[in-house]
Amino acid sequence: MKSEFKASINKALNDANLTGALGKFSEAYKVNRAKAYEGIDFEALRSRVAEAKSSAACHLDEVADTFKKNAEALGAKVYRTKDPQEVKEYILKLAKENGVKSVVKSKSMATEEIHLNKTLLENGISVAETDLGEWIIQLAGQTPSHMVMPAIHMTKEEVSDIFSKEVDERLSTDIPRLVKVARNELRPKFLAADMGISGANIAVAETGSIVLVTNEGNARLVTTLPRIHVALIGVEKLVEKFESVVPILDALPRSATAQLLTSYVSIISGPNPNDDGTLKEMHIILMDNRRTEMAQDPKFKQALQCIRCGSCLNVCPIFRLVGGHVFGSIYTGGIGTILTAWFDELKKSEDIQGLCIQCGNCTQVCPGKLDIPEMIMEIRRRLVLEKGQPLVQKAIFSVVNNRKLFHGMLRAASIAGKPFTSGKFIRHLPLFLSDLTDGRSLPAIADRPFRDIFPEIRQPKQKEKAVFYAGCLIDFAYPEMGVALVKLLNKAGIEVVFPQEQTCCGAPALYNGAYEVAARNAVDNIKVLLKEEAKYVVSACPTCTVALAHEFAKTLDSVGETGWIGKAKELAAKTVDLATLVKRLVDEGRLSFKEGAVLGKITYHDSCHLKRSLNVFEEPRELLQKAGYQMEEMFECDMCCGMGGSYSMKLPEISAPILQRKLHNIKETGAPMVAMDCPGCVLQIRGGFDQEGSAVRVKHTAELLAEQLKD
Amino acid sequence: MYEQFKTRAVGVGAEVHRVATKQDGIDFILGFLKKEGIDDLPGSYAVWAKGTFLEGTQRGGLDAFAGLSFDVTRERASRAKIGISEMTFAVADTGSLVQDQGAVDQRLVSALTEIHIALVPSANIVPDKLSLFTRISPKTSRYIAFITGPSRTADIERVLTIGVHGPERLVIIFVDELGGAKQ
Ligand code: SF4
Ligand code: SF4
Repeated sequence: MKSEFKASINKALNDANLTGALGKFSEAYKVNRAKAYEGIDFEALRSRVAEAKSSAACHLDEVADTFKKNAEALGAKVYRTKDPQEVKEYILKLAKENGVKSVVKSKSMATEEIHLNKTLLENGISVAETDLGEWIIQLAGQTPSHMVMPAIHMTKEEVSDIFSKEVDERLSTDIPRLVKVARNELRPKFLAADMGISGANIAVAETGSIVLVTNEGNARLVTTLPRIHVALIGVEKLVEKFESVVPILDALPRSATAQLLTSYVSIISGPNPNDDGTLKEMHIILMDNRRTEMAQDPKFKQALQCIRCGSCLNVCPIFRLVGGHVFGSIYTGGIGTILTAWFDELKKSEDIQGLCIQCGNCTQVCPGKLDIPEMIMEIRRRLVLEKGQPLVQKAIFSVVNNRKLFHGMLRAASIAGKPFTSGKFIRHLPLFLSDLTDGRSLPAIADRPFRDIFPEIRQPKQKEKAVFYAGCLIDFAYPEMGVALVKLLNKAGIEVVFPQEQTCCGAPALYNGAYEVAARNAVDNIKVLLKEEAKYVVSACPTCTVALAHEFAKTLDSVGETGWIGKAKELAAKTVDLATLVKRLVDEGRLSFKEGAVLGKITYHDSCHLKRSLNVFEEPRELLQKAGYQMEEMFECDMCCGMGGSYSMKLPEISAPILQRKLHNIKETGAPMVAMDCPGCVLQIRGGFDQEGSAVRVKHTAELLAEQLKD
Repeated sequence: MYEQFKTRAVGVGAEVHRVATKQDGIDFILGFLKKEGIDDLPGSYAVWAKGTFLEGTQRGGLDAFAGLSFDVTRERASRAKIGISEMTFAVADTGSLVQDQGAVDQRLVSALTEIHIALVPSANIVPDKLSLFTRISPKTSRYIAFITGPSRTADIERVLTIGVHGPERLVIIFVDELGGAKQ
């Protein structure tokens, strides 16, 4: 990671205004969004949006042609180009031919994408952004930090300073007053402008219409007052049918600003009369800038389903900490990372792609059904293909790929770690590694890994067998979780098998874009885990479960090892997470807890992979309650804890405040104990509480349940 | 549906009234203009974009009202405090008004003024966008305008503020006498 990038992250993290504003906003957004969607079947709605957009993306050329034909029949001029440079030339030529001296703009990300304002200004044409946020940004000489709220990073004091300079008068920080100033300053510009430039939220091929969605009313003025109207539209805004406007209008305002509808929606089909009786000159520019290429890439085609609502930013634990500017581009957040990789170049996403912790929050709310974390993984993969792995990473993964060596090193670490451990933790690491223990203690490597303990566990022979896939953390740091698992399953009459040759699930390599390494891990594990005759392959680590149940087949497909995909699917079908299995066993009456236990309050932390990839969240809660705990839900129970595998090591400065927030929310419940189903989260959260010397106990659900089994 | 519309529209800051006859509507407006101090002075004008509402009404009081004009120019509208127009449809589930605003004066009075008064036939309330789209089409209407509450922004510190570039008040008057869907 480049040092300027790290510096920009630190600057953002230390900007209390920014993190405060974003934090409060994201909390309020969640509540307001839910209210806006009340009574609406969001899944059905977003399927309609995604279908309409993806169907247009499948034959962009044709749809664009239809749009052009229909809009031109109405009297608009439509210009299509792949090249941003040509867009600028077209607008400039048009302006010169018509003696345009001043331009008013309503919000358009497409114009920002090609830095249109700069071109116009360089050619002596004045440009005023009229969206309040965009105008603030323009006066401040900045770029937008959020696609819906461009100036969200600024305080009213800053805005007041900027406006004061503009109107040459000391203004107060009263927000309604500042808004009035903008109205009064921009009104004459609207009335005098020769050209209005807008974007569009939707372009409808069958009717040649463009749809503009705004709250301030500036787009209505931009498209009404100047005698020339230019709409610059990215081709991803195209839909085929007019009826597709309905689901998009249903979703966009709700997702963007938690409104049922924005104050204004304008559906413009061809030029309308000006107020002097002449007909408006209307130009529509359909801009490609690699969107067609994107549509042809099977992994990125879905990106064209984006309706630019910004909700993925609002729910992102990273965005709300660092804001938009660290993304260093017009488009910000996870979606911005993807768009930057395409509209600028892949290389430009090299640093920022690392900001995504892969929590999956955005996939839950995206009205276009984009899988942002998956696309970011693909960017990682391509970066690694293009540039190779960083040396250190390569060295690490070459070890991980050699099970004997890897496990040997983990054992050695249990001894080497000794000087730094106190009790069950490594509290401080020397020198450059100290970042790893900043705000969080690391678990000491267990004296004896699970693999050594397992052969000593006496199990009754049973017909029904389950293969236990432990994963590195349970095996080498938390063997007690494995012991609890065996106890639970034995009690239900299931014998546990533990193949000693199992190795790392490949997740660390995968999440770093090292797909070849992950594929090797996949093959090694498939061989071992399928060798045993067993009904289930069970894991108590959601990241491992996701690897076995979902990622192996995908990874093998990505690297072209198709021969193994059948076996990968066979393994996937047998794989189950422990919470789901135990819940099933309890429901079937094969497992029961001590009666009448009163164990007091507990709170539950949802791990990202369990909640969002495996959709398991009720099971552990029900089980804990059945065992005798009283559930006390914490605020943002399913927000990431900041662990994210190696994320917490690469970006400890971001991981730490996310963890702090989580610890705070846990403590707020007053429960003396927090349960979770992921050893990675246990590592992070237990380490956090240890470092701050708090007494809250952190446990894997399996351990708590095993303690309460009926004798 | 009226009640649903009203709840939604009031929820986004619109003011909703209902009168029986066109004459009641005119009286309401006259009273409103008076209260708001409409006069023949820049900044105090009122502009009315003509539609079918005034056909067959006693409009003497309106014609005589100082500061109110039916001749809508951008200069006049920009200096007007109040803009009056007819909106064809009301959409109940979002509290929105919809009209074909292909004629520019319809947009000027509803976009440049501080207060927009919208006259709507009570019978033209539709439940949602789907049913709206069976009654209005881009094939026949070149500028379909949806208006939902006053102009708003939250661009400074996410504080909701009313009246950015458009009206800061939207006053909706349903008129029962104007029954029957147009278009
Ligand atoms: S997966 Fe999580 S971290 Fe990544 S972009 Fe989505 S919300 Fe942000
Ligand atoms: S990716 Fe999805 S959530 Fe993000 S802006 Fe696009 S549509 Fe909205």
